[in-house]
Amino acid sequence: MTRIEKTFDRLAAANEKALVGFITAGDPDTAKSFEIISSMIDNGVDVLELGVPFSDPTADGPVIQRSSARAIKSKMTLGKAKEMVGSIRKKYPDTPVIVFSYYNPIYAYGIENFYGDFVSAGADGVLVVDLPPEESDEMTGKWTGDPLPLIRLVAPTTPDDRMKHIADVSEGFIYMVSKTGVTGSAGLDAQESSGQVARLKQMTRLPVCVGFGISTPADVADMARVADGVVIGSAFERTIENNIEDPDLAGIIGRQTAGYKAATRM
Amino acid sequence: MTQEQYRQYPDEKGHFGPYGGRYVAETLMPALLELEAAFNRFVPDSEFQAELRVMLHTYAGRPTPLYCARRLSDKLGGAAIYLKREDLLHTGAHKINNTLGQALLAKKMGKTKIIAETGAGQHGVATATAAAYFGMECKVFMGVEDIRRQAPNVKRMELLGATVEPVASGTGTLKDAMNEAMRYWVSAIRDTFYVIGSVAGPHPYPTMVRVFQKIIGEEARAQVMETCGRLPDLLIACVGGGSNAMGLFYPFLNDDVAIMGVEAAGKGVETGKHAATLTAGTTGVLHGSKSYLLQDECGQIREAHSISAGLDYPGVGPEHALLKDLGRITYMSVKDDEALKAFETLCRVEGIIPALESSHAVYCAMTEAKKRSTEDIIMVNLSGRGDKDLGIVAGVDEIKAK
Ligand SMILES: Cc1ncc(COP(=O)(O)O)c(C=O)c1O
Repeated sequence: MTRIEKTFDRLAAANEKALVGFITAGDPDTAKSFEIISSMIDNGVDVLELGVPFSDPTADGPVIQRSSARAIKSKMTLGKAKEMVGSIRKKYPDTPVIVFSYYNPIYAYGIENFYGDFVSAGADGVLVVDLPPEESDEMTGKWTGDPLPLIRLVAPTTPDDRMKHIADVSEGFIYMVSKTGVTGSAGLDAQESSGQVARLKQMTRLPVCVGFGISTPADVADMARVADGVVIGSAFERTIENNIEDPDLAGIIGRQTAGYKAATRM
Repeated sequence: MTQEQYRQYPDEKGHFGPYGGRYVAETLMPALLELEAAFNRFVPDSEFQAELRVMLHTYAGRPTPLYCARRLSDKLGGAAIYLKREDLLHTGAHKINNTLGQALLAKKMGKTKIIAETGAGQHGVATATAAAYFGMECKVFMGVEDIRRQAPNVKRMELLGATVEPVASGTGTLKDAMNEAMRYWVSAIRDTFYVIGSVAGPHPYPTMVRVFQKIIGEEARAQVMETCGRLPDLLIACVGGGSNAMGLFYPFLNDDVAIMGVEAAGKGVETGKHAATLTAGTTGVLHGSKSYLLQDECGQIREAHSISAGLDYPGVGPEHALLKDLGRITYMSVKDDEALKAFETLCRVEGIIPALESSHAVYCAMTEAKKRSTEDIIMVNLSGRGDKDLGIVAGVDEIKAK
């Protein structure tokens, strides 16, 4: 069983849903970033999405754009992110880590090198926002050996036949984008998103995690009722931005995490 | 490879050999598939073609003349230089060929809102014009640096009823405007048509924009056959994203004609302050397609630099990347000060004020003409007029005077 499977099984047995936490590696710097990640996991993040910054994040709203810019300024690279994955793996042997980025940094790193390095560092999956199924074979086709699941996305615009195809080729879990917009867009339409999740759940036995525009524990509770996991991203980055000088930044993020985690307990 | 193969691209997934494709977020994929289906259904249709032909003729001003720049050629003492006068089109650049085509397609698809990115403002103005023509709502994303240096075009877009959205992120230039247009499109995907201004972006844009721009080369080919009785020896066009260049080059790809694409060398390729993507870039993925890019070793996009906003872009259309690799087109670059020299020369010698983008191509033609015999014919795409650049040129004069 993979770490992802074990995690969702454990949560199901405890009648909980997964809290998936997205954080940009290296924001505001490598050391603080590791403290923040530790605090997130200590306070209830079940699956970590580790964002590796790209200079031109076209799927992201202003909050993650600024977070990416800070991380690039602090010299975060895929090479350093790999070391970070290694450190997280050592400290937290059971927490799945999904590496999140855009395709260009991975392409520049080398598709085979990326696979080799991140599998050995202990990554559990990869999410590449701008790599739809139409193009993903050029990456996964070169990955032979231990599985490194490519976490796929479905969107509110994805029609049924396409959704079915994506569900069929997916591994690990499926990321349901809750709204047409960039990350951090305000205002979750819980009813509409729940309908989307139900549509996808009919097509797959894999866990479904919902993200984009989820920022409050109440949003988390709404989505946790229907989905297997809830993704929080921009809300954490906003906290970093607003408390960047605070010596207790990691503690603040930890308390925020605990608030979300409580909302995932059914 | 036999010559006919230069025009067999892209494949059914939008790949030009290893380049092109659709590297976009899932939310956009269904919209791109819908666009591709509509493009294949409507554009080849004779009714669509007839409607577009009338607009291009009676509204945009096609055909544009092929002008023999005799005084310029005589002054240089070499090959004869012919200018394809896209600068004479309505709105002042080749961009209108594409925006009328895409807006007509948007109308057929039942879309009522259009958006665009713009660098020099020419594509923005051409999109705003098409929107006014069709009575559509229009929003144009433009970097704050470009708003500053191409102010007259901002005013024009506003007069035409478009909303100009300033983009302050990144370097405040074309790349950032395109980022922001893509972000906005994701949120407005259901009723909004994105009019991309060059042969860049995800499939089907590189093909669609080339299809709408190839009228430049089709006309020029017929015109040169009529006036000179033969094909030219050399074609030259500037390359930002590459649309005016593909437009001129495409109908000649299978002919025995040399072709040169001219990129912006800015302050010099060796200084790092340039936009010579094909000359100095490496393969990567930006704005939905794979092509050459200016980037660092970690895949972060580098700042481009050019005096001309329309060439100030760290990417280039995927078909150019392929044609470079196949050796069919030679790409070279021209510096800011060289483009300014060509700008001044064309103003004085021919009474034509060219866009700074097009001035790059003119400079290349001037150096190539000198190397060639008086029997040779060089055809240059004069992609736009320079009215929008008077502020920049005046600024350079002021600095020189100090
Ligand atoms: C007059 C003119 N020429 C050329 C360009 C560059 O674009 P492309 O390479 O797509 O023709 C621009 C872009 O704004 C332009 O305004």
